[in-house]
Amino acid sequence: MTSTDFAVRASAHRNRPEPTGENEMCSAIRSTALVRQYGEVTAVDGVDLDVASGEIYGFLGPNGAGKSTMVRMLCTLLGPTSGSATVAGFDVVEDPASVRLRIGVALQEAALDPRQTGSELLRLQGLLYGLTRSDANRRVGELAELIDIGDALDRRISTYSGGMRRRLDLAAALVHNPQILFLDEPTTGLDPVSRAAVWEEVRRLNVDLGMTIFLTTQYLEEADVLADRVGIIDAGHLVAEGTPADLKKSIGTDVIVARLDRDASTVCSAIEQVPGVLSVEARGTELIVATSDGSATVSPVAVALSACDVTVRDLTLRTTSLDDVFLELTGNRLEQDDSQGVGS
Amino acid sequence: MTIATATLRNQVAAVEPRAAGFFADTATIAGRALRAIPRDVETVIPPIFIALFFFLVNIGTLSDLTEGQIEGFDFTAFQLPTAILLGVTGVSRAPALVLDVQNGYFDRLLLTPVRRLAILLGHMVADVTVACALIIPIVIVGFIVGVRFETGPLGILAFILLGAMWSLAFSGFGYAIALKTGNPGAVNSSFLLFFPFLFLTSSYVPREQLSGWLDTVATWNPVTYLLEGLRSLLVDGWEWGDLVKAVIAISIVGAVSMSMCFAALRGRIRRG
Repeated sequence: MTSTDFAVRASAHRNRPEPTGENEMCSAIRSTALVRQYGEVTAVDGVDLDVASGEIYGFLGPNGAGKSTMVRMLCTLLGPTSGSATVAGFDVVEDPASVRLRIGVALQEAALDPRQTGSELLRLQGLLYGLTRSDANRRVGELAELIDIGDALDRRISTYSGGMRRRLDLAAALVHNPQILFLDEPTTGLDPVSRAAVWEEVRRLNVDLGMTIFLTTQYLEEADVLADRVGIIDAGHLVAEGTPADLKKSIGTDVIVARLDRDASTVCSAIEQVPGVLSVEARGTELIVATSDGSATVSPVAVALSACDVTVRDLTLRTTSLDDVFLELTGNRLEQDDSQGVGS
Repeated sequence: MTIATATLRNQVAAVEPRAAGFFADTATIAGRALRAIPRDVETVIPPIFIALFFFLVNIGTLSDLTEGQIEGFDFTAFQLPTAILLGVTGVSRAPALVLDVQNGYFDRLLLTPVRRLAILLGHMVADVTVACALIIPIVIVGFIVGVRFETGPLGILAFILLGAMWSLAFSGFGYAIALKTGNPGAVNSSFLLFFPFLFLTSSYVPREQLSGWLDTVATWNPVTYLLEGLRSLLVDGWEWGDLVKAVIAISIVGAVSMSMCFAALRGRIRRG
């Protein structure tokens, strides 16, 4: 993460509006023991959430963890099997119509009609939210500036690139100025430039308008850069929650990664004895050592490895990532290529 | 993506979302469905071609035979209602709806405050409009080949309305399959329903000429009564008994198909 990112996040907190009206009475999003089953499969298993108004909440997990099911329940598209949830202070089951007026949603796949033009789609969206025809037309013009796709807005959506579709989908979610924006994996499949543009827009909506944003992602960097708080979901369970910094701090400040010439599990017990080592994890030939002070511990770890009579092919010291947190909590790494991430 | 913060705040401050209301929702959805029709001409051209083709071929090949066998029989007038039903039966926006389900746009609609029923009714308003637009050129061709309405201009209007109402009643089956399966192939297969309805009846010869099992099936086929109602407008004048039977036949088919499609809509919404 760059210093710019930290500055943006700090700015987001500074500009967050004071809760007023109905928001004062409740969290933006709250779920209690929320469960969704599909037959024998439990996709979401007793998730408790409390997302504050004006917060960017990152919901991080691998494919199939239950992220999208959670979003669909909170957006009233899917009824929970048990448990309860309120969004903008309204129960998603008892009063879904009130929830729908206050949320904007961009689902995992851009939900667009390829036979319409971009402006037709946005205008129709405005009319369905009760805007007058002139207000809807005005809003189309405003959103056209926002998503910056120029004359393409009057072309059929079937001619749009993936990035343009994503931006139009986001604009459709914003037509009615929602209080809360749900973004289900908004950058999956996007090229780095489009991805950076979406990040910038998410930050701006949060900072400038105080919009609460619930963002699911399988990209660690995305959660790390954008989210005020992160919830980690695995196999339907919320396994950890906190600020990215707190989550990383919970497993140590630094990580030493050693690539060995043999199975790393053979040296785990020896490395655990090294002063300053908090935990040791072996993954094939890779040894992952968590420590609170990497620069002070890296030399003793190297010496201990040498004493174990193993060849160290590579030894690196880095700060902990959310992937390390995920590994610590679930025993697995997030299986995705995070190398697409863009700095900003 | 560069808008000044103050401008952005001013813009969104003017936006006040609310539920638009049932009629406004229906009109909005219908408007979208109607706008899509010129872009989906392939859904409109084949039915009208088939209807006109069979109308002209049938009167060309069977007129002399049937009119020679039955005294005073006008086969051209007799065939016009058959051509209308060939043209409008099964024509609906159900294939477009199934595409909405597939590409996720149906979810986007469900995320808005739109009344769920308005999504279906909006499509059906478009269907009725399309059905009327299909019937009119077939009637014009009928006039060109010598068909006249005993009931005059009001009869023409009643003729078009009955045909459009039948189209609407039958379209419910397509929507039911679309919403139940979300599968375009299944929706396209729904045309199979068309055959028993349209051919196990008095499509080509009067009911009195049918015999055996086909006569029995035709007696139970609601399309028989619809055809007789439509033909009465052409040939007999205002025969209210025939017209009431036609309306009842449409109502029965409509009640069944609409029950199925509204149940399918509820099921799809429940499944999420």
